[in-house]
Amino acid sequence: MTQASVAVPVIEMRGISITFPGVKALDGVDFRMFPGEVHSLMGENGAGKSTLIKALTGVYGIDAGTITLAGEQVSFSGPAQAQASGISTVYQEVNLLPNLSVAENIMLGREPRRFGSIDWRAMRRRSTELLAGLNLDLDPGSLLGDHSLAVQQLVAIARAIDVQAKVLILDEPTSSLDADEVAELFRVIRSLKEQGVAILFVSHFLDQVYEICDRLTVLRNGKLVGEYLVEELLRIDLVQKMIGKELTALDDLEQRARSVVVDESDAATFVQATKLGRRGAVHPADLPIAAGEVVGLAGLLGSGRTEFARLLGGIDRADTGELVIRGKATKLRTPRQAISHRIAFSSENRRDEGVVGDLTVRDNIVLALQADRGWFRPIPAKRRDELTQSYIQALNIRPGNPDALVRNLSGGNQQKVLLARWLAIAPRLLILDEPTRGIDIGAKAEIQKLVFNLAENGMSVLFISAELEEVLRLSHRIVVLRDRHVVADLENEGLTVDSLLALIAEGSNDDDDPDASVAVAVGALGANDPVAASDPDPTTTDSTGGSR
Amino acid sequence: MSALLARLVANRLFWPIVMLLVLFTINLVAFPGFFAVTLRDGHLFGSLIDILRNGAPTLIIAVGMTLVIATRGIDLSVGAVAAISGAVACSIILGSPEPANPATVAVAVTVALLISLVLGMWNGFLVAVLGIQPIIATLILMTAGRGVAMLITEGQILTVNSPPFKALGSGFWFGVPIAVIIAAVVFGVAALVTRRTALGMFIESVGINPEASRQAGVRARGLLFVVYTFSAFCAAIAGLILTANTAAADANNTGLFIELDAILAVVIGGTSLAGGRYSLVGTLVGALVIQTLVTTVYTVGIPPIATMVFKAAVVTIVCLLQSPTTNEALSGFRRRLALRAGKGVAAS
Repeated sequence: MTQASVAVPVIEMRGISITFPGVKALDGVDFRMFPGEVHSLMGENGAGKSTLIKALTGVYGIDAGTITLAGEQVSFSGPAQAQASGISTVYQEVNLLPNLSVAENIMLGREPRRFGSIDWRAMRRRSTELLAGLNLDLDPGSLLGDHSLAVQQLVAIARAIDVQAKVLILDEPTSSLDADEVAELFRVIRSLKEQGVAILFVSHFLDQVYEICDRLTVLRNGKLVGEYLVEELLRIDLVQKMIGKELTALDDLEQRARSVVVDESDAATFVQATKLGRRGAVHPADLPIAAGEVVGLAGLLGSGRTEFARLLGGIDRADTGELVIRGKATKLRTPRQAISHRIAFSSENRRDEGVVGDLTVRDNIVLALQADRGWFRPIPAKRRDELTQSYIQALNIRPGNPDALVRNLSGGNQQKVLLARWLAIAPRLLILDEPTRGIDIGAKAEIQKLVFNLAENGMSVLFISAELEEVLRLSHRIVVLRDRHVVADLENEGLTVDSLLALIAEGSNDDDDPDASVAVAVGALGANDPVAASDPDPTTTDSTGGSR
Repeated sequence: MSALLARLVANRLFWPIVMLLVLFTINLVAFPGFFAVTLRDGHLFGSLIDILRNGAPTLIIAVGMTLVIATRGIDLSVGAVAAISGAVACSIILGSPEPANPATVAVAVTVALLISLVLGMWNGFLVAVLGIQPIIATLILMTAGRGVAMLITEGQILTVNSPPFKALGSGFWFGVPIAVIIAAVVFGVAALVTRRTALGMFIESVGINPEASRQAGVRARGLLFVVYTFSAFCAAIAGLILTANTAAADANNTGLFIELDAILAVVIGGTSLAGGRYSLVGTLVGALVIQTLVTTVYTVGIPPIATMVFKAAVVTIVCLLQSPTTNEALSGFRRRLALRAGKGVAAS
């Protein structure tokens, strides 16, 4: 059976089983990787991808099965040992030290030494080389925390490839990167591949998987579904293998979203931002949002989309402009004030600004509602339990145990807990910054459906996503930001991914009146293709974006 | 049965309680009458009562400290605050024409407690408004506070002769030491107020993830104010008990190093110095462990020179038992044992 291919796998895992209390996380899974190959591990959240990676890197011990590395059976007692044997990992959430310099982060734990003390010059030189190899123009002496999340991610990769890695594991490396940076990363991946490194690329972006990967392994519910060559597997078949059922829910949703048009005369403007801006974050801009309207914010990472949303949610203070909430001018100073106006902001940074990991699911769900009531008016225990139970059911949060600590939940379920927290305050405007990032396709569909239902019931939603298909699918109106300016505000009629990309990536930003250029751009968009048919390749994005 | 045992061991109070029981056993061996509690002149007497009474000030301070630590903070100034409150109370009693009048004592105690509230708000202001790191912010009052107490006592040890005041430290009420009753009330109020309202959840939430809490609308600033003020209030109560016990205010020595004992009690009780989830019951057990330790030193007859070393050894053991690394090693050991036992059964 192993004679199937001539090449010898660098990694071969056979019959891997791991059991957690009450859960069989992996059940007899086989997995192999060849040198010089980009391999993808596909599956929904909870399918066992992370567990398999952790079994491979020695984070978890395995209950049954064998792991063979370059022909020798191995058993790692921890990630450090796995790394010493040539298996390097970059995890989804950047696990570096923001208070140290870039160079220190890259070389942490293996600093070059001379006469027993750290050789700072060698360290600087080595990290400069590594960064240059990644084409990153970065001062190795600068503080890591001063850079964007995307750059931090690339530094994490630089750190991982510094080790002479035989196997490089990238767990959701692109979830916080924009198209340019993804192209950068892919360039690096390809060159590593030529050097014979086996790369495990885990991503929820199918486009990226199809662009970069040679082979993929599909897991479902802790079991192996199969191993396939990417070029021989149609996307639709892949999705079906991952979720084990036909995915028509999304198509239905899209039909409905398109058919419902907000009646402008009827729906009162709930909130109107006038000349709202903040120095160094986003230029003053206007944004009206009607009740029951879903407004999508599109733009590259760093275009000001998150920054603008943070002003609307009261997270950061605006230094110009104001919010007119139901006809009354207001300046939001704190998130607390926004919440009292029933404006909820759900951060893209789930771990640091969203969930409170060591609190229970129940406490996390009631936190905002309780904070709004004040500490001396506790929500009665019975009401708290009802609330928690109803959201666990409505959003299908798993495990459905209100006493489980949130940090033990998967990313998708943490996101749902966060959503439940905001829904519990019955918001009139819900700002969702990348609510579907890094979560599986099933949970994604559930969240999209939820957004849609909420809007039908009169809630306004401001929706931010790097996935343009998603923005197009859900939004009634789409606002495009580029270089911290709002450059377009369009009804979602006849827009396609390509036309949006053109707006996002357009090079010129020197005209005084951005609206004028928008008008031209809109005029030029005649295309009316359905979104699903068009298939935006990240490479097309960066080829236009790169010309900036 | 073994599942029950596993759950017991996993409980974070398990090892502190085991420690306490071990200390009790040592005492019992060295002094068979250790557990005996007798009624003498209508007052409860016995080693256990002594432990409770002498441990009361540490417990009271540790209760306030628990909440401060849960918000990722620390309060080093509690010893100094205790000294100030004792000095204030004694100087008022000394300055009054009727030191034995309960009304005088009531005024003295009230003023001392009010001043502690101001001191606590000062700490809260430094931490919550100016954003100074708690260890530095409270270090200011820790050092300056002794000086303030010194100014109040004018460098003297103020000895008061006031039976109502002395009763706070060494009196009895329905046979129970008043200090123990005060500690029980402080503990009970703190537990009730934080757990029956949402205060406890907010404290933990801010301690675990301050930014997420802010975005969820939790008013961290007000919360820190409350917590530091409460801590100083607890310190003042402890200071009054300590001062009343000796009937003398000593600016230099009242509550000296008590902050360290209080922090230790909190940590032994399983509340992490990194903030987040806290356990007041754990703190209670921690305070009892520390006080029992002191008693053990006397009953077993350990030479005073070795006292500190003995204390350090016990604390090290408790911390080791609680550390995740040791627990992992222990559970691995247990699993191997169980496996071997299982194989033995299969073979037979």
